[in-house]
Amino acid sequence: MIALEHLSKVFTSHGQTVAAVDDVNLEVGEGELHVLIGPSGSGKTTTMRMINRLETPTSGRITIDGRDVRTLDVVELRRSIGYVIQQGGLLPHFTVAENVAMVPRLLGWKRQQRRERAHELLALVGLPPERFADRYPRQLSGGQQQRVGVARALAADPPIVLMDEPFGAVDPITRKQLQRELRRIQGEVKKTIVFVTHDIAEAFLLGDRIVLMSEGRVVQNGPPADLLRRPAAPYVTAFIGEDRGLRALAYTSLSEVAMAVPNAVPVTGAILPGTLSLVEAGRELVAVGPANGDGFWVGDEVGNPSGYVTYRQFATEIAERLAAEGVVGESAEAVMADAVPR
Amino acid sequence: MRGDPLEFITYISEHEEQFLRLLGQHLQVTLLSVAIGIAIALPLAVVVVRVDRLAKPMTTLANVGQTIPSLAILGLMLPILGIGFLPTLFALTIRAILPIFLNAYVGIRGVDRAVVDAARGMGTSNSQLLLLVELPLASPVIFAGIQTATVQNIGIATLAAYIGGGGLGDLILQGLAMLDTSVLLAGAVPVALLAMVTEIILGRLRRVVVPRGLQIDIK
Repeated sequence: MIALEHLSKVFTSHGQTVAAVDDVNLEVGEGELHVLIGPSGSGKTTTMRMINRLETPTSGRITIDGRDVRTLDVVELRRSIGYVIQQGGLLPHFTVAENVAMVPRLLGWKRQQRRERAHELLALVGLPPERFADRYPRQLSGGQQQRVGVARALAADPPIVLMDEPFGAVDPITRKQLQRELRRIQGEVKKTIVFVTHDIAEAFLLGDRIVLMSEGRVVQNGPPADLLRRPAAPYVTAFIGEDRGLRALAYTSLSEVAMAVPNAVPVTGAILPGTLSLVEAGRELVAVGPANGDGFWVGDEVGNPSGYVTYRQFATEIAERLAAEGVVGESAEAVMADAVPR
Repeated sequence: MRGDPLEFITYISEHEEQFLRLLGQHLQVTLLSVAIGIAIALPLAVVVVRVDRLAKPMTTLANVGQTIPSLAILGLMLPILGIGFLPTLFALTIRAILPIFLNAYVGIRGVDRAVVDAARGMGTSNSQLLLLVELPLASPVIFAGIQTATVQNIGIATLAAYIGGGGLGDLILQGLAMLDTSVLLAGAVPVALLAMVTEIILGRLRRVVVPRGLQIDIK
């Protein structure tokens, strides 16, 4: 577990002192992904960089599993923490495999062992090693470079990974893809991750908790749904934006609204995965087109039908959630029109 | 002046032993000065990059140093080092240090900050950062400095003749004194050729020294 206690960082420039980070308290539990989010200058990156001591706090302290990071050897500390930055920060004179195996190399692993580990990780991040291992970073697209950056951070199997806007410099479609993959990888490796971004959608997609910062302070720290349902300050609402009702839909899954299997209804038509959000399900329904019957089936993890949702109920669920978030009028209608096949 | 401009070839073949000795001296003092220059300038640049407040005075000094004529350095050293090989080597070393230092400093400073930050974040020690990241990435610029210094010193080494340092400059001075073009050219043409050939050889060598991932034409 990472704990930040009364952490502050004051910079002095041109005779003026600026509190970049101001009395931040934070606990990141084992295997959790916490997103630090806020506008530029909110102190999120500085906060993160104090964890692996790339910045030195002015006051307060950081402990990892109870041990103050200042008492640890700085080089060993950093080798035990994965680090990903925007555009990957890849070493251009190293091949992809050598980049991935950088920390193992610093730790003195044998060549063969490093090579195997690099191949394993490239496969994990979706870059077939036989094609990518011996290329140079310049020969990769931005998205591929980011994947290498993620693989590199995981190479020595560190319990903690710090990610500083890792997907900030890639196009929206690639970004979405990388975010999904990070979720999948996190499901497999269960690291303790501190993730810095200014992209609110990314924060909601990835975060177990979201820490919203402004001017060096934490404005709200909670699970994504809390920021939507119980914003701690007008600033939170303003930052999340006016479409928070839609976001609420994005964080309700089909399995939450499906009813137990009604025996009378025969299993026909497409079965939608229960993990889809209401928004995704709506899109899916539109894509699939009008189906027979008054509703559709929802599947469990392995795709077996486990519940049923009528179109009427689906529309009601959406309307209620939008109403609960105070979203009225056009946008609600738009969503319903989108979601229900005619 | 008299004779056929190509007569200098005859002169060289007739005085082969003398010519080879002077060529040897020329190469020796040039290469030695560049080697010493690297040994001094490279560590110096590394230190200056690390110690911020040295940067301004050192780069200014190097830039001003570049403007002092080589002949003046030779003359200034005359009372201290006398004449011959040693003062020549000294002057050429000074000349070599300047471009090598400036290029190394600029090259290391110019390494992408994001890459350095990532490397530090991964836990490189200071020496690993230098050897695995900064020097390899700065190597094209550092090498260009060495190339400049070498080619430039081949030319400057002709001045050694003025203070009894030998080298191909001897033939040039002799030719001037005797008003004999063939002797003059027997010194001047090989110096020019030597500079060109060195430039080409170092250009090839550069492809060996610079890491593959940094070369422009990788596919």
